[in-house]
Amino acid sequence: MPASETFAQFDADMQALIAEVETISPPVAMMGRRSFLKLATFAGGGLVLAFRLDTRAALAEDSSEADASNLNAFVRVTPENTVILYSKGPEIGQGIKTAFGLIIAEELDADWNTVKVDQAPINSKVYGYQGAGGSTSIPRAWDQLRQAGATARAMLIAAAAKEWKVPVSECSAAASVVTHTPSGRKLSYGALAKAASAQPVPDPTKVQLKSRAEYKLLGKRFTGVDNLKVVTGQPLFGIDVQMPGMLYANYIMCPAVGGKVKSANLDEIKKMPGVVDAFVLDGTGTPAEVMPGVAVIAKSTWEAFKAKAALKVDWDESSASKDSLTQAAIKAKEIGAQMPAPANNVGDVDTAFGSAAKVVEASYDYAMVSHQQLEPQNSTAWWHDGIMEIWTPTQQADRGLAMVAKMLNLPDEKVTVHQMRAGGGFGRRLANDYMCEAAAIAMKVNAPVKLQWKREDDFAHDFFRAGGYHFLKGAVDKTGKLSAIQNHLVSFSADGSRPVSGGARSNNSFPTDMAPNVRYAVSLMPLQIPCGPWRAPTDNVQMFVAGSFLHELSVAAGRDHVEFLLEWFARPLAKSEGPPPDPSRSYNASRAAGVLKMAAEKSGWGKKLPSGRGLGIAFSCAYGGHVAETVELSVDAQKHVTVHKIIVVADIGPVINMSGAENQAQGGAIDALSTAMGLEIEAEQGRIKQTNFTGYPILRMPSAPPVDVHFIQSDFRPAGLGEPCVPPLAAALGNAIFAATGERVRTMPFKRAGYTI
Amino acid sequence: MPFQLNINRKPRTVDAAEDTPLLWVLRDELDMKGTKYGCGIGLCGACTVLMDGTAIRSCLTPVSAVTGNITTIEGLGENGKLHALQQAWIDLDVAQCGYCQGGQILSAASLLALHPKPTDAEIEEAMTGNICRCATYNRIKAAIHQAAGSPAETKGEVHAGE
Ligand code: FES
Ligand code: FES
Repeated sequence: MPASETFAQFDADMQALIAEVETISPPVAMMGRRSFLKLATFAGGGLVLAFRLDTRAALAEDSSEADASNLNAFVRVTPENTVILYSKGPEIGQGIKTAFGLIIAEELDADWNTVKVDQAPINSKVYGYQGAGGSTSIPRAWDQLRQAGATARAMLIAAAAKEWKVPVSECSAAASVVTHTPSGRKLSYGALAKAASAQPVPDPTKVQLKSRAEYKLLGKRFTGVDNLKVVTGQPLFGIDVQMPGMLYANYIMCPAVGGKVKSANLDEIKKMPGVVDAFVLDGTGTPAEVMPGVAVIAKSTWEAFKAKAALKVDWDESSASKDSLTQAAIKAKEIGAQMPAPANNVGDVDTAFGSAAKVVEASYDYAMVSHQQLEPQNSTAWWHDGIMEIWTPTQQADRGLAMVAKMLNLPDEKVTVHQMRAGGGFGRRLANDYMCEAAAIAMKVNAPVKLQWKREDDFAHDFFRAGGYHFLKGAVDKTGKLSAIQNHLVSFSADGSRPVSGGARSNNSFPTDMAPNVRYAVSLMPLQIPCGPWRAPTDNVQMFVAGSFLHELSVAAGRDHVEFLLEWFARPLAKSEGPPPDPSRSYNASRAAGVLKMAAEKSGWGKKLPSGRGLGIAFSCAYGGHVAETVELSVDAQKHVTVHKIIVVADIGPVINMSGAENQAQGGAIDALSTAMGLEIEAEQGRIKQTNFTGYPILRMPSAPPVDVHFIQSDFRPAGLGEPCVPPLAAALGNAIFAATGERVRTMPFKRAGYTI
Repeated sequence: MPFQLNINRKPRTVDAAEDTPLLWVLRDELDMKGTKYGCGIGLCGACTVLMDGTAIRSCLTPVSAVTGNITTIEGLGENGKLHALQQAWIDLDVAQCGYCQGGQILSAASLLALHPKPTDAEIEEAMTGNICRCATYNRIKAAIHQAAGSPAETKGEVHAGE
């Protein structure tokens, strides 16, 4: 396949992945009765119940406690009354292991103090989706996990009722104990576990689930289930894997993506102390799997890094990227000047512009950025007994497993993946390139081998958030109402026909349909540098543009910005605005108004501020999370920004773990501040200029403002919170700078406009 | 070549090339995984350890340059008890991904040894070398105040949700 086709194919794969990851079609996890099967007796006398027949094998293999009872694939109760819950998703810092445990424990009525949460094996036949992306972990698993807990609880109660020869209706459960209410008799879950597993399995869709008012755990504050291990430095992460006889590898790829190895000083490298081997891999040619490169294998990480430093590779760059982002910026301005036809139209934009009281034109742009999760990429792979066994910190272990199997031409059953805790994800670990590389290297090494990227590798070989350029025209009518918006996005393309992954227009109904008359067009420029999902893909940049431009329009109309937005949310829906196909893409007007009003109230919107001080506000609904944020800041004469406070108001339905939710909200807002102020990736000749944190100033503690977080809880299906607090921040920041200085910032990072933090 | 080290109050002998950073000696040779690799050039603080009670970057410290007693995150607590900072980190649920937190706690321990009741400004100065990519800075600051037994200043306060 020619390189260009390979790249197009890879980008198509990334887009399919994002689409799959982001799609929640409720009720997702409704399991039919058939899926909870009762199985034969389990070693030790317990009984295994599982969603599918093959669960038993998976759990039996995984089970070290022969006397334990698995009530289903998520719940095991030991005779010692320990409740073991299995978290099926990757922990990447979003707190899912704690949240998943809490959801099951709530419906199980387990005593949280005796609950242990373990990582579930990777087996999509048993667990369904096992990735983490698009903030969908919670909404996708919400029903499945609640049913798992409630079903197990019903079986424990049924076992107690049988033991006491009383009706089930006279029994209740709380804190891992079943009580016969009339007599006061009690039995612990541990004492009941064995008998419970002999009970028939209730239909999971018929078990009674709790209402929000009945929650004992959900909504309270809990510390993360692995926090003790984290603060005492116990091995948890992918990078912490060590095995007897393990070797250490680094993989060197062409700094311009697509380059192939012509020759390398392998003989010299092999003579270095501690170096065991060095060899060329042709790879599969797709950046999401294995690009051509040189593997160096050593007895320690340091020796592998020294070999990398001494390695000299002559690259064939004939089909490598020659991309220049400075050239792209110049070209984008030329393309942007001309609105292409055909474009998507809602309503009649031209008439609205013709009759407008005010028309505003502006162009916005944002840079390419990188993920830089703090744990550099790594995976440990071991080819043994015809099995490829992998330990990896990924966001998509299930998908990675299938990729490795396909690449090595093995059936899925011959690939085992162990999900390790990930030192950050941010979307980077939806790609499993480093897992594929480790597997490809392990095929040639007669020992377990840990592939360890350097920080510099993480900069050179990311799936970047694409930059973009917006050319906008907007109008307000004579009554001061928003009447039309025209938005021409100049983005990048891997295949020449559609935007790179993460570079398309937002899928969400806000900002997409934010005026009664909308015209939208996308123009494309070629790009070979791989792009991919970055925390709240598309919205993290397009909400900056939309939230800032809406403010420009309300200012032009002389309106109060909060009133201006509330008016839009309160409008009657036009005929053309039918219900969107996917509800997770669409904001709910009253929830939107709710968070916006509360953010205004909490920030003292409308208060008089001293000169040089400003307050900004913005709203977004991404991944089902309705979030309004305010930023209050001061700007000095040198354009130095001091952020006094960020306020986040979020409606994500019911909050699972208040502590975790607040942490995500604070982290999301500060990550967005960090990125908006100072982060940019530059590239020339296909080479990424930034090589380490020196040129990529991730925000540090002295610049981190306090972040107040408020939740409006509701009975809507819960949304995840890894992403929704990112998108509104940049617009709130820019709007605050405008309020403080009168200068509109239309470029990200803001340091391009001279602002520092 | 062999080096005599004192790590977490125990003598250890390791065999490594003399330019090997202490970071990789700890991780690969001694199988102590609490000290993390983040950047390798002194910019992120993930590899922070204490040498005679003062925070140093183990990625920039060749094993041959280790002249004092080393404390890693595994050895911060003594006699089976958590250090006050570790307890505060758990109480306030500071971690998100957790990858930076061992280094954060050790930088904080180094700070508290000098300033038992640090101000916000002292905390910020002492912690500026430690990146938290997940941006848990508000809670880190609050946890340091809690461990120091000093009330949090307004900055860094954590608000309950509604
Ligand atoms: S790894 Fe040592 S400072 Fe980053
Ligand atoms: S908690 Fe993830 S880097 Fe700090």
